[in-house]
Amino acid sequence: MNIVVLVKQVPDTEAKIEVKPDTANIVTENITMVVNPYDEYAVEEALQIKEKLGEGEVTVVGLGPEKATEALRTCLAMGADKAVHLKDEAFDGSDSYATALALSKALEEIPYDLVLCGKQAVDDDNAAVAIELAELLGLPHVAVVTKIEISDDRTKAVCHREIEGASEVVETTLPAVITAQKGLNEPRYASLKGIMGAKRKPLDVKDAAGLGLSPEQVGAQGAKIKVVEMSPPPLRAAGKIVPGEPDEAARETIRLLREEAKVI
Amino acid sequence: MGNGVLVFAEQSEGKFRKVAIEAVSEGKRLADKLGTELNAAVIGTGVQDIAAALGAYGATKVYVVDDPALKEYTPEGYAKALARIVNDTQPGILLMGCTSTGRDLGPRVAARLATGIAPDCAALDVNDDGKLVMTRPMFAGRAIAKVVCPDSTPQMASIRPNVFAAAAPEEGKTAEVVKSDAEISPDELRALVKEVIKSAGAAIDLTEAQVIVSGGRGMGGAENFKILEELAEALGAAVGASRAAVDAGWRDHQNQVGQTGKTVAPVLYVACGISGAIQHLAGMKTSKVIVAVNKDPEAPIFKVADYGIVGDVFEVVPIMTEEARKLKAES
Repeated sequence: MNIVVLVKQVPDTEAKIEVKPDTANIVTENITMVVNPYDEYAVEEALQIKEKLGEGEVTVVGLGPEKATEALRTCLAMGADKAVHLKDEAFDGSDSYATALALSKALEEIPYDLVLCGKQAVDDDNAAVAIELAELLGLPHVAVVTKIEISDDRTKAVCHREIEGASEVVETTLPAVITAQKGLNEPRYASLKGIMGAKRKPLDVKDAAGLGLSPEQVGAQGAKIKVVEMSPPPLRAAGKIVPGEPDEAARETIRLLREEAKVI
Repeated sequence: MGNGVLVFAEQSEGKFRKVAIEAVSEGKRLADKLGTELNAAVIGTGVQDIAAALGAYGATKVYVVDDPALKEYTPEGYAKALARIVNDTQPGILLMGCTSTGRDLGPRVAARLATGIAPDCAALDVNDDGKLVMTRPMFAGRAIAKVVCPDSTPQMASIRPNVFAAAAPEEGKTAEVVKSDAEISPDELRALVKEVIKSAGAAIDLTEAQVIVSGGRGMGGAENFKILEELAEALGAAVGASRAAVDAGWRDHQNQVGQTGKTVAPVLYVACGISGAIQHLAGMKTSKVIVAVNKDPEAPIFKVADYGIVGDVFEVVPIMTEEARKLKAES
């Protein structure tokens, strides 16, 4: 069973985010970049499936600038067999649609039985690429999954999908696109042996032309969504510490919530 | 280029989701601003009868796909049904709630229609060119982006629950119900729900709750959440938890508020024994009013709290419950 895992490099969740003045972009200098945490669950799941079945190849595929190579190497170090890096200035300004389109072209050249991905990237929080890719590839998808069981004959997967207040047990035919939610597994750390070995594993670079994509299909030109403004979040007005002993403060707070804030 | 606003009004077990009414209301506001019509789309099984009621919130027509194969949400079935309605009516804007279904269906339909979608919008407006301007958080709320879908239709957006006001319904106003046939054959649906396992303690959906009482590491143990449950009952609130409380096994992940849990926007958020790490704030900092109870006066949560109580949760919370019960008895 061959598995493709989509991986994105994103700013660390602890990173301070600043908007670059007069632009709709953030400052990227001095920001620690990491493998998108939700994609780590996807990589780990692929490796566990491969180990359980004792065969198959795990290929990580990612679209991003030069620096994104590090994220792909990290996945190779975890145990993925191959990496494909979609790298081209022409991809700058891609939205989820343009990214999904580029990935769909790359996947035409990689044999797969299953595509895994994190449920969302923690930079844009769109949670769209994997689902749009499934649509473009004509595959079924199951998103936000906390458990995957591949059938013995490998034609189906039973997934636990997280919805409001419940878990749906969803059965899908394969091949399919499945996105990972926290709790799917515990991603492994790359061992030193894995890190050394990663340097020798194949990492192919593909550009837009090589994938058969024309300029209008990629990057800012191919994007359906354009960011026109970016700003820091609104500051909350300073609050107050309610004075008095804890029991007085407790009573006073309820009174304030009713009479001042008018929320209860 | 399309015209008109279409809202996918999500229903669950024969009732519209709260955010569906919010989306229809916002759709009406935008349609009025554009001088165009608001219509709705309802998909499911046995949903004919609830459709007309959307007229009270401003819908002119409601397109209904009523199909036994669509009782539970299934991506390919719902995408086919909604895309069919879009192709028949050519709206300029398509809205839906940013629920588990909306987050799943939205991108699938957007790709099918080769158009753009902005999920989890906290504000929508129309600019001078008549284009939808969508405001949404990025980087777990560390930046706010305004985006547009300039060259394709429909311009798609999903709205964050609890942020947009539901309009007051106009009694007696009904919409025209139009049947739409998605022509779905069961074998074209490849991902199907076999079973739904409800989570423990999921009485009120956190993302729709108006009031949330939440507990963190400072609660000290699972059994100590009882005092929060009592306060929640007195306030008519849902009970949430920080990542620390969930990781410790005290509460279910379904109740986790924060970057790796749920993002909530209640009118009142009471944080008990929660320090206020960035990742927790990401999930609740757009709450209208925040109360924090914590022993540590330096806890970062006090920076975002409108009302802070420095004290022991075990002393403070039961007294708040007592006072809240008194207020409840008076009204």
